[in-house]
Amino acid sequence: MTQRFTLSVNGTSHTINADPDMPLLYALRDDLGLNNPHFGCGLAQCGACTVHLDGQPTRSCITTISSVGDAKITTLAGLGTPEKPHPLQTAYIEEQVPQCGYCINGWLMTAAAFLRDKKKPTEAEIKEALSGLKCRCGTHISIMKAVKRAATMMG
Amino acid sequence: MTKFENGSAFTRRSVLLGGGALVVSVGAAVSIDTMLALQSAYAQGARPSLTPDQLSSYIAVNADGSVAAYFGKMDMGHGLQVAIAQIVAEELDVPFKSVKVYMGDTANSVNQGGASGSTGIQMGGKQMRMAAAEARRVLVEMAASQLSVPAEKLVITDGVITASDDGSKRISYAQLIGGKYFNVQLDWNKAYGNTLYAPGKAQPKKPSEHKIVGQPIKREDVAPKVFAQEDFVTDIKVDGMVHGRMIRPAVAGAVPVNVDEASINDIPGAKVVWDKGFLGVVADKEWDAIQAAQKLKVEWSQVEPPFPDQASLYDHIRKASVRKRNIEKENGNVDEAFKSAAKVIEAEYEWPFQSHASMGPACALVEIKDGKVTCWSGTQKSHFVQQGLASTLGVPLESVHVVWKTGPGSYGRNDADDCAMDAAVLAKSVGKPVRLQYMRDQGTGWDPKGPASVHKVRAAIDGSGKVTAYEFMSKAFSRVDVDTNGSKTFDTLAGQTRGGDLKSGDGFGIPAESYAFDNKRAGWETIPPLLDRSSPLRTSHLRDPVGPQIHFASESFIDEVAASLNVDPIEFRLRHVKEARDIALLKAVAEKSGWQSRPSPRRDQTGNKVSGRGLAYSQRNGTRVAIVAEVDIDRSTGKIWARKFTVAHDCGQIINPDGLVKCIEGNIVQGVSRTLWEEVTFDRKAVTSVDWLTYPILDITETPGEVNVVLINYPDIAPSGAGEPSIRPVAAAIANAIFDATGVRIRRVPFSPERVKSALS
Repeated sequence: MTQRFTLSVNGTSHTINADPDMPLLYALRDDLGLNNPHFGCGLAQCGACTVHLDGQPTRSCITTISSVGDAKITTLAGLGTPEKPHPLQTAYIEEQVPQCGYCINGWLMTAAAFLRDKKKPTEAEIKEALSGLKCRCGTHISIMKAVKRAATMMG
Repeated sequence: MTKFENGSAFTRRSVLLGGGALVVSVGAAVSIDTMLALQSAYAQGARPSLTPDQLSSYIAVNADGSVAAYFGKMDMGHGLQVAIAQIVAEELDVPFKSVKVYMGDTANSVNQGGASGSTGIQMGGKQMRMAAAEARRVLVEMAASQLSVPAEKLVITDGVITASDDGSKRISYAQLIGGKYFNVQLDWNKAYGNTLYAPGKAQPKKPSEHKIVGQPIKREDVAPKVFAQEDFVTDIKVDGMVHGRMIRPAVAGAVPVNVDEASINDIPGAKVVWDKGFLGVVADKEWDAIQAAQKLKVEWSQVEPPFPDQASLYDHIRKASVRKRNIEKENGNVDEAFKSAAKVIEAEYEWPFQSHASMGPACALVEIKDGKVTCWSGTQKSHFVQQGLASTLGVPLESVHVVWKTGPGSYGRNDADDCAMDAAVLAKSVGKPVRLQYMRDQGTGWDPKGPASVHKVRAAIDGSGKVTAYEFMSKAFSRVDVDTNGSKTFDTLAGQTRGGDLKSGDGFGIPAESYAFDNKRAGWETIPPLLDRSSPLRTSHLRDPVGPQIHFASESFIDEVAASLNVDPIEFRLRHVKEARDIALLKAVAEKSGWQSRPSPRRDQTGNKVSGRGLAYSQRNGTRVAIVAEVDIDRSTGKIWARKFTVAHDCGQIINPDGLVKCIEGNIVQGVSRTLWEEVTFDRKAVTSVDWLTYPILDITETPGEVNVVLINYPDIAPSGAGEPSIRPVAAAIANAIFDATGVRIRRVPFSPERVKSALS
């Protein structure tokens, strides 16, 4: 049976009726019509569906809607805008990172939380923080350059 | 929508006033009647037929003077559209930013073959260059008449044609033809696909005149991606759309014999679509469709498990009946030379099935409405998908419109075309638009696979240490068991599951290099598929189809011969390559990598942590790549870090150096992944590598620390491809580096820690 849920997404409140066991990903994509995040695996193995719940990177494909509670949801679209970009978004454009770009939510949302909490990270710390995320096009060289660039921008 | 598409609103007045911000004096010398007469020759309001022999099929000038380039290929993430816009802007003498490239839409482009064989610039760009040059020629001719100035006395700047000796005589492209269609016939070679070529009378510019081609212009599609503003194919929605999911058997080859539709009665809008082996569900909401696919009770036919044990895969290939044998290259008398050899060196190499494992499983949306079919697809080949949909649905080709949208990654014939056909079958059956996305296990487990192969190589050496004969033979599953696109029903799962005819093709390949041996033979044999219908191990094109496996073998073997003769690997190759560009390439990679001449292995290291360097080189349809890999190995764990790559890359004229470097970096990283990690696993019933745990790819913690690229630019040599050539030599470069470090030769991919540890112990 469906239940009523209120979700705060990128600062806007939405109410939906949904199966409590439905992953948050489908609420965002199907019910709210957001074009991000993406379905990559449904198994929390790739990161393409990553959003922030109260600032913490979370794989929305295995996060049931009933477990979200009052947590504030931030998607990639809420991370920054062309007018007010997050440093990672600026760095991604400067470094021309994505190829197909389908993986982008995982890297940007995970790196954004990491760089917020860890100033002046080493290369090894960046790699460790991003370990497990998938990019099939093999843009890893550019990803590292962009995250390092953003880290510098964020002091 | 472009302004061009609103061209029917065109009026005489708008011609005379012109579009855009330019203030243009038409000049009293030209009457309206003269102007219109000229336009009727080369320009018209109704679009000519969308055929390859019409200039309007490639180029249009909008009312505001901006240029639309209609391209029958599409970008798979390398920024191809930037390079095409550079080429078009260059030939037309318009600013780069005024060109917009429309890709892979069957409603406004002709079949240039889609994303295929790294031909985006090589073939697609060539055609767009000729079309743009012809458009420029025609526009100059029109201007010459209108301004009463000889064509040779006209100059063009940013789409405005001016008399070189009288600046007051000027007219813009927008005024000449803006908002109307070119009515110009091209000399089409009657070919469709990659080889389509339709030049006009114009000659393109000399490379020395290029100002836009060769510039490192950035992609404009990066920002929409990082701000989540771009629609992927997965994001497209239409009114009344339902969600579909497919159901595949647990034992490959089984078909449903009983489907209990009542088992999903409680799911809103859930419906079953069942036709022989085709089984899918739809529901109003996506999560419901997923639930329905999981809950549906299905009884499957009992079939013999179709596959051999994976451990015997290579034995199977060696023993399998040969379906086709093809010696593609032979010179001298190879057999005689081997008989008289002082020494014969031989080795066999093995490459597994590999999966596209695209970032997301394929997705397609099909709407059938008022006798028209519209399909949004992430395919690499929308015009072929158009044909496939027409066949699958039994409708005329003209009634099918395929809109290409960026998909969740694509590296060849992945699951995209199957998904489009499956979605069409679902949509037709339920009478509603259906958005179908496969699940992860279907994307990895049921995509067409890169073929597994065994390669047998031998060389004859005479008493002086000279190579007198060389033979390279592959025995493998076909690269076209299912073809490279979904245009034929027998090449798609929808066609195969629904019981249509089968037609498995045969093809493989041989090493591409310029080694001159007096006696040389290279060929291949293909074997039948393990399961002929609806197989999760059907084989087709995966990035640089069969290139990685063939050149893993050929370039490992050349290294083995060099080592056997105690010759430095680059020195050995330089003795035998015969083409000047290959020699320049090898010297470039040696210099950039700081290569010290010595034979492999290095023999000067003790302990568990050892390092080595390896070289590999190959050609691909005109492009040449040489790679030096520097690799660290932990002998105690078998773990390899491909730490540094130096790549020398020659693809003739470079259109966009920055885009090219990114393209090469991606090839190297994906090549490392396929070399170190990737192997489709299966048991006797099914493919068992179905997600990122069971089909691991390279992690960022294992990413090369450095990829240094040397671009060798030959502006006067027509550009060849770059989308795939640099993945080709990666595996051999790593294998050769492992040998250099350890003295141990690993001849089977992937070089997983277990395999390496075992080989080194």
